[in-house]
Amino acid sequence: MSLHVPTMAEKMAAGESPEILFWVGCSGSFDDRAKKITKALVKILNECKVDFAVLGTEENCSGDPAKRAGNEFTFQMQAMMNIQVLDGYEVKKIVTACPHCFNTLKNEYPELGGNYEVIHHTQLIQELINQGKLALKGGGTFKGKKITFHDPCYLGRANDVYDAPRALIEKLDAEMVEMKRCKTKGLCCGAGGAQMFKEAEKGNKEINVERTEDALETKANVIATGCPFCNTMMTDGVKNFNKENEIEVLDVAELIANAADL
Amino acid sequence: MVSIAAFAIISLAGFGFFAWNMLKIRQNIRLGRDIDRSDNKGERWKTMTLVALGQKKMFTRPIPALLHFAIYAAFVITQIELIEIVVDGLSGNHRVFREALGGFYTFMVSFIEILSLLALIATVIFLARRNLLKLPRLNMKEMNGWPKMDANLILFMEIVLVCCIFTMNGADEVLYNRGISHAADLGEGSLGFSLSSYLGPFIFGDMNDGTLHTLERIGWWGHIAMVFAFLNYLPYSKHLHILFAFPNTYYSNLEAKGRLTNMESVTTEVKLMMDPTADPFAAPAEGAAEPQRFGAKDATDLTWKNLLDSYSCTECGRCTSSCPANVTGKLLSPRKIMMDTRDRIEEIGNNVRKHGKDHDDGKSLLGDYITQEEIWACTSCNACVQECPVNIDPLSIIVDLRRYLVMEESKMPTELTGMLTNIENNGAPWQFSPADRLNWKDEA
Repeated sequence: MSLHVPTMAEKMAAGESPEILFWVGCSGSFDDRAKKITKALVKILNECKVDFAVLGTEENCSGDPAKRAGNEFTFQMQAMMNIQVLDGYEVKKIVTACPHCFNTLKNEYPELGGNYEVIHHTQLIQELINQGKLALKGGGTFKGKKITFHDPCYLGRANDVYDAPRALIEKLDAEMVEMKRCKTKGLCCGAGGAQMFKEAEKGNKEINVERTEDALETKANVIATGCPFCNTMMTDGVKNFNKENEIEVLDVAELIANAADL
Repeated sequence: MVSIAAFAIISLAGFGFFAWNMLKIRQNIRLGRDIDRSDNKGERWKTMTLVALGQKKMFTRPIPALLHFAIYAAFVITQIELIEIVVDGLSGNHRVFREALGGFYTFMVSFIEILSLLALIATVIFLARRNLLKLPRLNMKEMNGWPKMDANLILFMEIVLVCCIFTMNGADEVLYNRGISHAADLGEGSLGFSLSSYLGPFIFGDMNDGTLHTLERIGWWGHIAMVFAFLNYLPYSKHLHILFAFPNTYYSNLEAKGRLTNMESVTTEVKLMMDPTADPFAAPAEGAAEPQRFGAKDATDLTWKNLLDSYSCTECGRCTSSCPANVTGKLLSPRKIMMDTRDRIEEIGNNVRKHGKDHDDGKSLLGDYITQEEIWACTSCNACVQECPVNIDPLSIIVDLRRYLVMEESKMPTELTGMLTNIENNGAPWQFSPADRLNWKDEA
């Protein structure tokens, strides 16, 4: 099935203005693993006939890692350029599969003049299922499997979104198991605050290894996440224990796309 | 008469010295930069009521929460008895509320006695957790020396305080039994307090009248002396949280935790850069604020709320024990960030009072107290902010220190330099061409 991914420029040329902008983010655009998440979400959007568009080559880094690294200049330059583009297309509503972009667009753009309704993809998917636009046929291939959810910090603690991803996992024909540190007490994967782009400081363990231990303890078959950075970190963590064949790391969008036979 | 005068002098000195120290702390906190937390008064009162008064966040760890609540409740209720002690002390009366309140008085003191016993038990368990069980979060390296001593001293003082209460009430009970208490004889034969009416005769029953009078006075004076000692110990101690928890939660950050502050000084400059009609050589507008340092190098570059946070910290270590960097052996400890901030602003405050406002002691928070290695270990995950029972925000200090390093000194891990260059050059933290952003669409 080919993906239908209109850009804002194309939409504008056709005199249309889509309901929602899909903010893909840098990981979702360039990282091979995260691109699969992007495509899973697009499949869901296509299936539900959501009127959306992407910025394509007009999209720029949201500035999150620059701000967290302490470079407010670079952050604000990015933010203001993005706001110009977004406002140029009169964007009202944004969905993104990256909690870092989600947080920055939602909480840090308004003060710079960018006011949009921003939602995380798990919230949008939940909405689509609740509206009856997306049917999960048989719950996919998860029968008898255990799934645990790793809370991305920028979705959970940073923005108090804990229920949407869990509600989606519960719709699957699988058992949801919580890690001992979950929700408000969830342990970071180690990638936030610009750590994704640097080596960790000296310590006695990598944070993603510590977190993967939490996940392995649950005996889950799948670690579900809602963040491309968390996905990378948990995937590396699983590799560290040589458990790639026993436990999969998947985004909630991938789980749902699978369950909906997309 | 002598005792009234002595009491008045002790009270005056006790309250006076405390007020003087509190003024110094207020002065120190006001050395910080301004931040507006005057909005949303309703929400603020609600937060304070739930988090400080109701100790909502403590209860995520139920065992210490219950023990802590016993001490907290005893402390709060005992204040009523303290009012009586002050009135008695200044008027030369004995148990002045008893006749007026009658049965309610008996109930109240009985309640205080039960809470005091629970507090005593909790205190002993707390001492054991610190010194025998050696709970990891209470025994980390930043706790060595004074912080450990401080914690044990507080617990020890609480034990002495409770012992004074029971000595006072117990001895008085026996005196009352014998009809020679200074309390008005209501003809009941016993003061009727829940614990001391049994404990008193059991411990003090065989003692003679003179000894009992002395013991009762030792209990009474010991109690009030401990209260004043405690009050004046607060400004030097982590125990200041019993007062500062209230303003600190009132002035909490009410925004989403993920939102970092916007730097307006930067916004002005970025707007200027993006405005093609702007004159880069224009003189600054009349009355424009003097440019401030970007981020924070020293404690005075932080906001007053950051500084209030540091004085409100009771070093419980919930932040540090939930910090992903700390649990994996990195140098960062959010608790240490708060302790360092308080130590440094105390030092600056003393310098200002001694040598004037512009005195430079050649030291700074970043460098002499907090190292770069610590702040670069942070993942900005907000676990420390979430965990703090009094809504302290160590993350905002860490971010401000990073801002100083990056924007004023261009000092950062080399990989981050690369990441920032990529964002500036090609709009992504990795080196990919912006033209390739939509390639995923056509990839299998």
